[in-house]
Amino acid sequence: MINFIVFLPLIGFLYCVFIGKFFNDNFAQLFTTILLFISAFFSWIVFIKYLGGAETQIVLLTNWITSGMFSVDWSLRIDSLTATMLVVVTSVSACVHLYSIGYMRGDSSIKRFMGYLSLFTFFMLMLVTSNNLLQMFFGWEGVGLASYLLIGFWHHKDSANKAAMKAFIINRVGDFGFALGIAGVFLIFGSVDFQVIFLEAHNLKDHEFNFLSLQLSTVNTLCFLLFIGAMGKSAQLGLHTWLPDAMEGPTPVSALIHAATMVTAGVFMVARMSPLFEYAEFTNLFIIFIGSSTAIFAATIALTQNDIKKVIAYSTCSQLGYMFFAAGLGAYNSAIFHLMTHGFFKALLFLSAGSVIHAMHHEQDMKKMGGLFKKIPFTGTMMWIGSLAIIGFPYFSGYYSKESILENAYFSSSSMSQYAYTVGILTASLTAFYSWRLLFLTFHGETRSSKEAYNNAHESPKVMTVSLFMLAFGSIFAGIFLSDYFIGDKQDIFWNQVISLSHGEHHHMPFIQTLIIKASVSIGLLLAAFIYFYREGSAKLLSFKLKPLYSISLNKWYIDEIYNIIFVKPYFYLASFFWKKGDINIIDAYGPNGASRLIILFSKGLSFFQSGYLYHYAFVMLGGLVIILTWFIYF
Amino acid sequence: MTSISLNHFLFLAAIIFTIGVLGIFLNKKNVIIILMSIELILLSVNINFIAFSVFLGDISGQIFAMFILTVAAAEAAIGLAILVVFFRNLGSIEVQQINKLKG
Repeated sequence: MINFIVFLPLIGFLYCVFIGKFFNDNFAQLFTTILLFISAFFSWIVFIKYLGGAETQIVLLTNWITSGMFSVDWSLRIDSLTATMLVVVTSVSACVHLYSIGYMRGDSSIKRFMGYLSLFTFFMLMLVTSNNLLQMFFGWEGVGLASYLLIGFWHHKDSANKAAMKAFIINRVGDFGFALGIAGVFLIFGSVDFQVIFLEAHNLKDHEFNFLSLQLSTVNTLCFLLFIGAMGKSAQLGLHTWLPDAMEGPTPVSALIHAATMVTAGVFMVARMSPLFEYAEFTNLFIIFIGSSTAIFAATIALTQNDIKKVIAYSTCSQLGYMFFAAGLGAYNSAIFHLMTHGFFKALLFLSAGSVIHAMHHEQDMKKMGGLFKKIPFTGTMMWIGSLAIIGFPYFSGYYSKESILENAYFSSSSMSQYAYTVGILTASLTAFYSWRLLFLTFHGETRSSKEAYNNAHESPKVMTVSLFMLAFGSIFAGIFLSDYFIGDKQDIFWNQVISLSHGEHHHMPFIQTLIIKASVSIGLLLAAFIYFYREGSAKLLSFKLKPLYSISLNKWYIDEIYNIIFVKPYFYLASFFWKKGDINIIDAYGPNGASRLIILFSKGLSFFQSGYLYHYAFVMLGGLVIILTWFIYF
Repeated sequence: MTSISLNHFLFLAAIIFTIGVLGIFLNKKNVIIILMSIELILLSVNINFIAFSVFLGDISGQIFAMFILTVAAAEAAIGLAILVVFFRNLGSIEVQQINKLKG
């Protein structure tokens, strides 16, 4: 069954690429979507089996590399963590496949799009089912590739190509750390298999090594390197700049790759390696710091963005920050639970945004929307559900996961926990603000779009609304049904020692604290309502009054500009120096070009002798004869 | 009256040879003259052969001379044939214009 789950998407991809061109687009869409739904169905069966607490199962496919001590297998590992990821990945992917049938209608290369989506799903499944770090790296790079291909899917747009390259290059930075981490793990453990690593991890607690006459803790260094990889993939502060730009891709791609699945790979990896990470005390502090900083940093940017997709992109970034600081606090189960609920509601938000964009004929600027609820009530309702879930409205899925993260931050003994808790509450308030700002600007109030566009706005076709509905179902009920297993009483049975759980008794937050959380969320919400709904002019006034703050947020803290000055420009100068001076002036000039110039010079000299006149040749022959004869006779 | 010695023959041959060589080099006009010059060179060689043959009493020199005459005749025939074809194609047999081999 696990083989079917993983390899059905690959079949879909192979079909689209090799056989699909002989058949029409509709069949390719239908075929890949059906394969994904089968895969999702099997995933749910597996997941339900693991809800009751089943043993870890490893399916060996074949040997991959054997070289001396180094041996790596292709194998599929199923445990509750994998089962969770399987469900998230295949369900969201199936919905997105279905949604794409409607969204991409009329596009000229639908098969390529469906093929890439399936390819992405396959790589993602390879990543989550891997039993060793190298296979994980295979999936890791594979999803990066698929992400690159899909961001640049509309390759006639220059901005899409640039965004694709940016995503790929920034991910390389993180992957470099990840690759170093894997190499380090092999050096220390002599294997990259998870079982070996987890068994040996506790021996490593006080292990140190010498690097440039510094005594460094091995486990901290390894985890730090691995976390760099996670930062790149999960768009954490510093390596986050690619994620907002990645919104150049089609909206289903943003929903699948840049919200629900790929960007959470970093969190998954940290949770998967949790038996190792739990010993890395310093790195955990670093993770908490980066995670919570990312959460509030991205939320402040999301406040002022006008592109509907950018707002949701920064919100993704911010929610990933939540997951990371939960992981850093040792609450891996909360992180994974938030990953799952976030997968559903963020995919819902993105696909609803896609539905709005579809209705407005590819208009993404929220300044040109407004009052759309009357025209597209279903999409509007879905967006409301998604927003309620993301701010943690009671009994929606986000409520359980976010509350549990904040709870862990409150009770944690880590020295960064105070920072994480404060930032977490602030971010929750900001989240409410920008979510409601998005709702009000898009769906309520007077319309700011042209009359024609407003009148032509139409509800999306059935295939799109059905997938929205399925995701909405997940966004509402995932929390109620699953919180017991992930973070509640049944957590020990469910997780079954797959990830390390924070031990100690289960506290409940003091009532006053939960009230503070809810109050701060409400403040954000009411503020948004006040500014964007009741007093529509006040947004402009406020942005004018708080000009410096406003422009920092609008320009994304100038991070792109700073990177441009620090990294990109010097690199270009250096590259053009080596290109013009080094390559052209030295290597080419003395190498191939020099040789060819020398040959031309020689051949010009030699061709002087070839005058074409018979008597010259005869003279030379005679002269030569005389010389040779003279030589023979006299010497 | 002095008798004709070997040296006289050799001088004659050398003079004819030199005329032949100069005919090749100094001639800028006519290809036929080149052919004639080659004949002259061959004849000078023949004279050397026969002279040595008589003075040394060895018949093989004269046999060689007969060979050379045969080859010269054949060569003249082929050379003239090429010349005729050449003239038909280019309408000229001036040596100065024949520089198609120039690289």
